[in-house]
Amino acid sequence: MELLDVVLLARIQFAFTIAFHIIFPGLSIGLAAYLAVLEGLWLKTGKSVYLATFKYWLKIFSIIFGMGVVSGVVMSYQIGTNWSVFSDKTGPVLGPLMGYEVLSAFFLEAGFLGVMLFGMNKVGKGLHFFATLMVSIGTLMSAFWILSVNSWMQTPTGYAINEVGQFIVADWFEVIFNPSFPYRLAHMTTAAFLSTAFLVGGVGAWHLFKARKKGERNEVARLMFSMAMWMAALVAPLQLLIGDLHGLNTLEHQPAKVAAMEGNYQTQKGAPLYLFGLPNSETGTVDYAIKIPKAASLILTHDPDGELIGLDQFPKDEWPNVPIVFWSFRIMLAIGMGMIAIGLWSLYLRARKKLYDSPMLLRVAIAFAPSGIIATLAGWFVTEVGRQPYTVYGLLKTADSVSPLDAPAVATSLLAFMMVYFIVFGAGVWYTMRLMSKRPSQVIEVDDDSETTVFLSNRVASKSDGTTDGKKREGDQ
Amino acid sequence: MIDSMTIASSGIDFAMIWAGLIAFAVLAYIILDGFDLGIGILFPFIKSKTDQETAMNSVAPIWDGNETWLVLGGGGLFAVFPLAYAVIMPALYMPIILMLLGLIFRGVAFEFHWRTKNSQDWWDRGFFLGSLVATLCQGIALGALVQGITVADRAYAGGWWDWLTPFSITTGIALAVGYVLLGAAWLNMKTTGELQKQSVQFAKIAAWLTLFFIGIISLWMVFIEQQYLHRWFDAPNVYYLMVVPVAVVFCGFKLLYGLHRGRETSPFMYAIGLFVLSYIGILISFYPNLVPPSITIWQAAAPDDSLKFLLVGAAALLPIIIGYTSYAYWVFRGKVKANEAYH
Repeated sequence: MELLDVVLLARIQFAFTIAFHIIFPGLSIGLAAYLAVLEGLWLKTGKSVYLATFKYWLKIFSIIFGMGVVSGVVMSYQIGTNWSVFSDKTGPVLGPLMGYEVLSAFFLEAGFLGVMLFGMNKVGKGLHFFATLMVSIGTLMSAFWILSVNSWMQTPTGYAINEVGQFIVADWFEVIFNPSFPYRLAHMTTAAFLSTAFLVGGVGAWHLFKARKKGERNEVARLMFSMAMWMAALVAPLQLLIGDLHGLNTLEHQPAKVAAMEGNYQTQKGAPLYLFGLPNSETGTVDYAIKIPKAASLILTHDPDGELIGLDQFPKDEWPNVPIVFWSFRIMLAIGMGMIAIGLWSLYLRARKKLYDSPMLLRVAIAFAPSGIIATLAGWFVTEVGRQPYTVYGLLKTADSVSPLDAPAVATSLLAFMMVYFIVFGAGVWYTMRLMSKRPSQVIEVDDDSETTVFLSNRVASKSDGTTDGKKREGDQ
Repeated sequence: MIDSMTIASSGIDFAMIWAGLIAFAVLAYIILDGFDLGIGILFPFIKSKTDQETAMNSVAPIWDGNETWLVLGGGGLFAVFPLAYAVIMPALYMPIILMLLGLIFRGVAFEFHWRTKNSQDWWDRGFFLGSLVATLCQGIALGALVQGITVADRAYAGGWWDWLTPFSITTGIALAVGYVLLGAAWLNMKTTGELQKQSVQFAKIAAWLTLFFIGIISLWMVFIEQQYLHRWFDAPNVYYLMVVPVAVVFCGFKLLYGLHRGRETSPFMYAIGLFVLSYIGILISFYPNLVPPSITIWQAAAPDDSLKFLLVGAAALLPIIIGYTSYAYWVFRGKVKANEAYH
């Protein structure tokens, strides 16, 4: 019984620290790419609106990236502190992949981050752009390796087991490019881009909304909003397609996870799609269900009468937690559909040249600012909780992966992590939001030596800039 | 003790190469983040607020890269010595968790300091305490490792407080003193005016204390474990290994001399010299163990396939990493002036 408690505590601690962590690198991937695009457009066109937008998001990026770094260092040690048996057994397979992540990604990001954040006046424009690109490439390389690791835990291939019970590598290519990896990589990277797009779009919408009330025109906010809405229109539908392919891949390799996602307890032909319901693993039914007949079979087998494997095909002690997987999946899907709808709506308004003029769309975009982050977390819960009760799917149980720890030690450290994370990252999110609430500057400095001012707005005089920005600036230096 | 079969079968001793690379990564971390953390510990003792901010800015563009060596140390251990990783992490559970929490407060302070006026003092305190706690924990972890870790059946088999002893506390304090020396010597090199003057004072005190602790711990170590005693004092080792303490005395002398003569760069270099020598001393004591007293480098190593696969990448990427890291240092070369950061 005590061992069970340790497993549960270790899981909660790991889930807590990684759920916090994933938000930051997820946004870092998107923001670094966004910043690289902005700086590239600035260098190409020379239009200062790109530079102003770049500088606006650079400060936000530096806070988010910093939080990603410190919460990420925790992760690299948590695997050993909480899951030492897992570490010993999977180290020969997963360790080198993480080693490659450190060598090809972390150093690249960290090495060029200083130049990117502080070096604008120290190196030439070209070199600075190069630094931004390297940081962006670093974030993507990091995603590549860590998602390969994660995918191998879901769909392990290319391994053998040695005499002391460790997984060893039979084929590196099969380990890295394991069956679920391409889908997970595409799905997660796209999720990172969409999360960032909706955050940027929400912030842009907020400032457009405020500018509207004052009868102003804010070019920076327009740029943010317009770029974000292009992403919503083009990338959100793409994400649905990638997600669908990812789901089919999961059906092939982890049918129990898909059964939990669909709330499908009984193997059946023409399985329904539940729009709402409370999965009840005791009775093996979905209570209070609202369902579309045969839709799940149609989506997953492309045949309304196709047979879907239910949880009844698996021993009950190998079921994941069905309600968590079921509901996380629905949250993710609903947000995704909302994103697609916003994208279509924006296309319609854009075609009528009224993209910036619909208070309704602006309001919805503001509400959707954190939607990508929520969807990402929900998606992670689907895939990680859906992997249970295994750490290495089908091969190594979570209960057999845990460190030989005492429950009080894990409980104490869990409490400490919770307190520190809520204080530190709570403050960090607050400071980030404060930066995002600051109106994008209308006036920017262009040259290193001469502080030429450029007015971006048509109607706004610099006096309004002085009043709003001047007040805010007291709070930060 | 050495598993000679492994060596014979492959021809090249990949485990030994990796032990060298991990040792290099850890040393790089100790030196590079050492001066960052030292500055964090010195932070509240720096007199003016402007000087405090200058000190912080002197490492703001590079601290993240410096901390990455710690991730390479941890991640590398997981990759190439998974057994050592799996044993050390639970054995040093508490100091490692505390170190991580300390590093969180230290790391975010670089940003948060500039984002608020009202609670700036709190993040400054976090910067100091985070640096201090992380440093003490690293020193304690090192001391606990030197004392040895109880292992049974490929897992940690000791108690929850094994890491806390008079010896490990001493190594914790010693590391804090050493990091302060590095931090003060860095500030002496990178700053001017009042801050530089103050740094020289800090460095002088820290230099004497560091030498004192190096002496105490070196003597204490040989009584902890028979292996350390024999390694250092059996003939003929004693004649060769005499080089190490002699070099320590030389570096200590040059360090103090440089500080008294107002040199700017050489004290930092000789402070690093002291760290390198102490580190070499520990490596000499440990060999051939990775986790004293019972797990050797070869026992802890992952299969050769894994070692080879990552070695290809390390051989290709480490020179590049060192190249662009040096470039980043070069971009921010010279004296740091007040209010120069982007904030």
